Amino acid sequence: MKRSLAFLEISRMVITILIALLIGYIFLLFSTKDVNEALKWFLYGPLSNQRRFVEFLNNSIPIMLTGLALSLVFQAEVFNIGAEGCLFFGGFGAMLVALKFPQIPWVHLIVTLSAAALFGAAWAFVPAFLKVRWKASELVSSLMMNYIAYLLVLFMVNNYFRDKAAGALVSYRFPQTAWLATLTRYRLNSGFFIAVSAVILIGFLLYFTKYGYQIRVVGANKKFGFYSGINVGLTVFWVQLLAGMLAGLAGGIELAAMYRRFVWQSLPGYGFDGIIVAILARNNPFLVIPSALFIAYLRVGANIMSRMTGLAPEVVIVIQSVMILLITAEALLDRFKKKLIEREAMKNE
Amino acid sequence: MSNFALNFVDPAFWYSILRVSTPLLFAVMAALVSSVAGSINIGIEGMMLMAAFWGNVIGAFAKNPWVGLLAGIASAVAMALLLAFSHLKLRVNLVIAGVALNLFASGFTVFMLFALTGEKGTSASLGSQPIPKLDIPLLRAIPFLGKVLNNHNALTYIALISIFVVDYLIRKTPLGMRMRAVGENPDAATSVGVSVLRIRYLSLLLSGLFAGLAGVFLSMGYVSWFARDMTNGRGFIALAAQALGGKSAILGALGALLFGIAEATGFTLQSLRIPSEITNMIPFILTLIVLVIYARTRVRSHSRIQEI
Repeated sequence: MKRSLAFLEISRMVITILIALLIGYIFLLFSTKDVNEALKWFLYGPLSNQRRFVEFLNNSIPIMLTGLALSLVFQAEVFNIGAEGCLFFGGFGAMLVALKFPQIPWVHLIVTLSAAALFGAAWAFVPAFLKVRWKASELVSSLMMNYIAYLLVLFMVNNYFRDKAAGALVSYRFPQTAWLATLTRYRLNSGFFIAVSAVILIGFLLYFTKYGYQIRVVGANKKFGFYSGINVGLTVFWVQLLAGMLAGLAGGIELAAMYRRFVWQSLPGYGFDGIIVAILARNNPFLVIPSALFIAYLRVGANIMSRMTGLAPEVVIVIQSVMILLITAEALLDRFKKKLIEREAMKNE
Repeated sequence: MSNFALNFVDPAFWYSILRVSTPLLFAVMAALVSSVAGSINIGIEGMMLMAAFWGNVIGAFAKNPWVGLLAGIASAVAMALLLAFSHLKLRVNLVIAGVALNLFASGFTVFMLFALTGEKGTSASLGSQPIPKLDIPLLRAIPFLGKVLNNHNALTYIALISIFVVDYLIRKTPLGMRMRAVGENPDAATSVGVSVLRIRYLSLLLSGLFAGLAGVFLSMGYVSWFARDMTNGRGFIALAAQALGGKSAILGALGALLFGIAEATGFTLQSLRIPSEITNMIPFILTLIVLVIYARTRVRSHSRIQEI
């Protein structure tokens, strides 16, 4: 029974992905004559050489962490989509410490990444507090915090930390002690290992600890949680702070390893990609790894396609949104599911 | 600073408030008609963006702003239909569906913009067909108010009228009554023979219509080109403004005007050399404050059990 239900879930996932890719294909059909060439780069691009493969792994890191953050809050049925703002503010925190803290090897890097996580959590504090204290909708408030983070950080960076010697609007370069190492000739971001261990840690927290159980109970049924003596408000509060920490860490890792400056002049979008990663993983932290890899694969594939054929890579956003709709469509394949359950029930009689 | 105070007696300042409030007024009506029937339309932002894109592009190709207006509205209503279908038929969570719709609109418009113009920033190269401004002699004659109210974009007048139309629709018509019934207690509505499904579909489509008007105004009135992600959070600000007004169209519209004042004040502060990043923050911070005020009044009226 359980196995056939799992099979149904998987086939649903496969059908969804196929439909989404088909819609992407139709889009390409309308915008280029050589669809096969475009599709080839889109689907095979990240595997075509070693440099692109590393690019694909690097791309999965920030969305793995934001996806993890969002899967955690979605588990508690909290619609906080402020990961984007936390990531941005976390990046800012990393920059502050990287530029101002004494340059002690190792300590500097650790403090930089901790600052990123701390700033992320601080940013998540506002919607979390407003939710717990006054039941203000975390959806709207976390979104507003995204815009505020963007404007505030841009103001700070461009006015107080701008490197005038650099050609673009970027901050001063981080000192070497605050760099997160990149490996191999193609600069594989070592943050990948941090992200994977964070996934395992959070997965363990969620499925093997009392606190994790509380989160899941609150997500499944708030009233049940309340009557079984769980402090619902506090659980919901800490879940959001933890998620903010993870998102902030993502920002810190991205800057300390890939750019070594504060470079973002617009919201990078990793927080929003995290939503689709979490949904694709069905809010299961362990499944966040393959799900983030899959989304990163599509993204890098679209970028390579864009570089090789001149098409707009935004087609991948369309594909992603179709996937969100179809994966969360509870009624899809519902009839089969019902039949399956009925048949099993009959067998047991 | 005295310059700043002078602003409030300057009719041009109040004129600009009406101008920046127009998309918010429409968007608040969009939020209202769906929330009255019990569904939160997170997708307003995406519907607006889609309408802004198609309105501008089709208007430019047809060389007629009104064709553009209709195309823009049609695209937003189509998005609303997609939202309604996935929520009501496929049972997608309404919030997730709305988020997906916004994502879709943001990717789709940039993709199409690039395919049509070869540019990713704006559609300025297409040439544009803005919706004309109306010079009403009767209004022009009034001394102070004339300068505030006259010579606005045609859509601004439609926005002002639609406040009262929506107000009437919700409070006085049988359809509005059914919408409220479905929003407050779907089971009770069903028991007296109201089709919950049909009313929810209808209210979401109506919401799409107003979101479409909001979007079209942005690209064919507020400015005369489409820019990527030009809605810039207005759909969400509208949700907050609507929350402020509860189930009343008039109060919701006042909420929209409050945000309009915040935005217009931001422009004025900018001329006083306060950096644009700080002034642009005003509407978002105001939204947060309003959200808290609204939530506080609501929590007080609830019992302890409902508070969890």
